[in-house]
Amino acid sequence: MELLINGTTVQLSNNITTVSDVIDYFIPDRPAVVVEHNGNILTKENHSTVNVKDGDKIELVNFVGGG
Amino acid sequence: MLTIGNKSFHSRLLLGTGKYPDVNVQKQAVDASETEILTFSVRRMDIFESSQPNLLEKISISNYDLLPNTAGAYTAEEAVRTAKLAYASGLCDMIKVEVIGDKKSLLPDPVETLKATEELLKEGFIVLPYTSDDVVLARKLEELGAHAIMPGASPIGSGQGIINPLNLSLIIEQSHVPVIVDAGIRSPQDVVTAMELGADGILLNTAVSGSPDPVKMAEAMKLAVQSGRLGFEAGKIPKKRYATASSPEEGISF
Repeated sequence: MELLINGTTVQLSNNITTVSDVIDYFIPDRPAVVVEHNGNILTKENHSTVNVKDGDKIELVNFVGGG
Repeated sequence: MLTIGNKSFHSRLLLGTGKYPDVNVQKQAVDASETEILTFSVRRMDIFESSQPNLLEKISISNYDLLPNTAGAYTAEEAVRTAKLAYASGLCDMIKVEVIGDKKSLLPDPVETLKATEELLKEGFIVLPYTSDDVVLARKLEELGAHAIMPGASPIGSGQGIINPLNLSLIIEQSHVPVIVDAGIRSPQDVVTAMELGADGILLNTAVSGSPDPVKMAEAMKLAVQSGRLGFEAGKIPKKRYATASSPEEGISF
């Protein structure tokens, strides 16, 4: 399966089926992550229920220092 | 007390979390400032770099109200998207609207700032727009329903201090919501000046994080906010052309 994550095309195995799986694969230790899936902003509760499929566009964003 | 929307704060100092030498100094500076509101930014993560520092690593964020900014946005649409992303974290309901209109000066775009403020108010956010020190624009932001007005003292990170105290005082005078002077602060003196003008709060970042001793400067800024506020509340004596003796005239000849 091919996903566009944060602007980069990534090949992933078909074991990854949900947004939660994507988070666990790439950034397991960063709990505050926010996800945009095909332009829709997800709440945390949706991470484990929203499925990903070939060609999906995902943005993983986080808080960084700023003023 | 500083009241923004339905929230009240003892501290009138809002502190940015950017550009500290390391997360330990950042934590100590935040502690020394005794701030209750921390600002931060929302950014795309580097998914291939697991060792990037995590802002939330040292700071117990549940002890603070978080004020994400929309820095990086050049249009209202981008600012609204960033605000919604921040809100989706479930960690905050306030947003600092920051829509830049000029890359060199980082001065805000007034039209897009108004648009973003209006849209985010409709969405139910507690909205604190960062704006230039334009008096009419500040009034229009308040009329839209902004929960605080945050005029810049001078360009972001410039350390030029308060360039236009007249405009700031006019904004403070006309506003019925808190006025928080944001950006351009360099020294505790700038903070005292703004607070003595009647500002309700100060938002700063680089003045602390860029100081050779951020922790000490954080404490200095805390005291400056308190000192300036007390001076404002107490009221100053009028200026006179000539001296007035503080000691009594009577009884000088023994």
